[in-house]
Amino acid sequence: MIQDPNAGHAHTVASFDTDLKVLDDMVADMGTRAGRALTEATRALMDRDIQLAQQVIASDRSLDLLQHELEEKAVATIARRQPMAVDLREIVSAMRIAGDLERVGDLAKNVAKRVVAIGEQPSPLNLATGLSTLSERVNQQLTAVLKAYAARNDKAALEVWRADGAIDGLFTSLFRELLTYMMEDPRSIGYCTHLLFCAKNLERVGDHATNIAETAHYVITGEALIAERPKGDESSAIEPSLRPPQT
Amino acid sequence: MNVITEHAQTTVPAVANKPLDTAQLEPKIAIRHLNFYYGDARALKDISLTLYKNTVTAFIGPSGCGKSTLLRVLNRMYDLYPNQHSEGEVIFDGDNILAPKQDLNLLRARIGMVFQKPTPFPMSIFENIAFGVRLYEKLPNSELEYRVEHALRRAALWDEVKDKLKANGLSLSGGQQQRLCIARTVAVKPEVILFDEPCSALDPISTAKIEELIDELKADYTIIIVTHNMQQAARVSDFTAFMYLGQLVESGSTQKIFTSPGDQRTQDYITGRFG
Repeated sequence: MIQDPNAGHAHTVASFDTDLKVLDDMVADMGTRAGRALTEATRALMDRDIQLAQQVIASDRSLDLLQHELEEKAVATIARRQPMAVDLREIVSAMRIAGDLERVGDLAKNVAKRVVAIGEQPSPLNLATGLSTLSERVNQQLTAVLKAYAARNDKAALEVWRADGAIDGLFTSLFRELLTYMMEDPRSIGYCTHLLFCAKNLERVGDHATNIAETAHYVITGEALIAERPKGDESSAIEPSLRPPQT
Repeated sequence: MNVITEHAQTTVPAVANKPLDTAQLEPKIAIRHLNFYYGDARALKDISLTLYKNTVTAFIGPSGCGKSTLLRVLNRMYDLYPNQHSEGEVIFDGDNILAPKQDLNLLRARIGMVFQKPTPFPMSIFENIAFGVRLYEKLPNSELEYRVEHALRRAALWDEVKDKLKANGLSLSGGQQQRLCIARTVAVKPEVILFDEPCSALDPISTAKIEELIDELKADYTIIIVTHNMQQAARVSDFTAFMYLGQLVESGSTQKIFTSPGDQRTQDYITGRFG
């Protein structure tokens, strides 16, 4: 049975509501920071802005600290309140989502590190544009799922869950594109490999958005999503041809 | 971006929380359309609920919801008081225990009860247990001693009292007294044990011992417990029934009730949002 956790009364012990609100606010804060790290890492990649990339790398620490703080608060709330039903689900979910967002931060940091590694090597513009589209799409997913979680909107969370296959599809096409480019010009292999890892990192952010959608569904309905999630990443099935592509 | 539309029609997600399978369990007590009245006041309203053999069922709900009343119906305790009557059926191993011809002494031997406050008799520890056994059976002394020892062992009290069986039952601590009462109940070999808030007057260690005991006892008995302690209900029971204003609002597996209840009133109660 689907329930709206916000539809019930406030707790008799009002400070319990405050505890839950604090956890919710911390998840929202982590979400904002993770989204910003992702945007900035992508912008640093597009603009070859090493200074911005280094800022992203440095800012990841704050996300890690926030996750620790959230976990401590969640554990303390469990110990003090001995939560049941939707309260228990809310606290467990806040911890899960914090874990996902911390990983999103790590992935953004990894993209930023590659911006520094690539340095000022020349790059074909169209490849960077593909990554920009992927990043934009992933960021939309992340924003949408955090909004769905904040509003406890199951329908919106499920929409994000269903849309992850599209990100996988974008990644697969980028994979093909980069592979083709590497075969055409072996001097670009180093650069393209970095881009490939950047693309993989972005695709994995999409997986974390899907995890958050599953968690949101659990908070709202009390039921776990166990269906196979939509997948569109076919890159593992692609075999590189030794012959350059025909033009 | 056609890749997005390709994936938009992905199948509807499946559900992991399956209801507990009661098909493997043997019903012990079936309550059917039970109504109960204190004079003209209707305290239980059309309760239907099945209690399964060798399981623990917890009755929870705010004060005055009827959970203790329901417990008292199950061994006809209400017959001791005037102007109280019930309607409907409580089928216990095929017989309706609400039928007028029901032998109440036999019924209370088969369905024992442990109360909120420990109620040892002002007599020796040994006699506290032997007294009840003698009411129902005439046993030779050696067998009676064995029965007393067995009951005290079952109630996890033997090691603490084996050297002072002649001491007064009232000299024991609160937790020990409650276990003595459980031993007294167990000694007459009941099939069902009713616990009415058995730990509300006990410290946490004594409470833990009683909870451990309940877990052990369910191998041999069907157990029903009324408790105000939500965590206790979650810890000790297999099934939970939530009652409110004399109605059974929701019943089901304890795991389901405490993680994902179906009714908003249940959720509000167990999460402390009531009223």
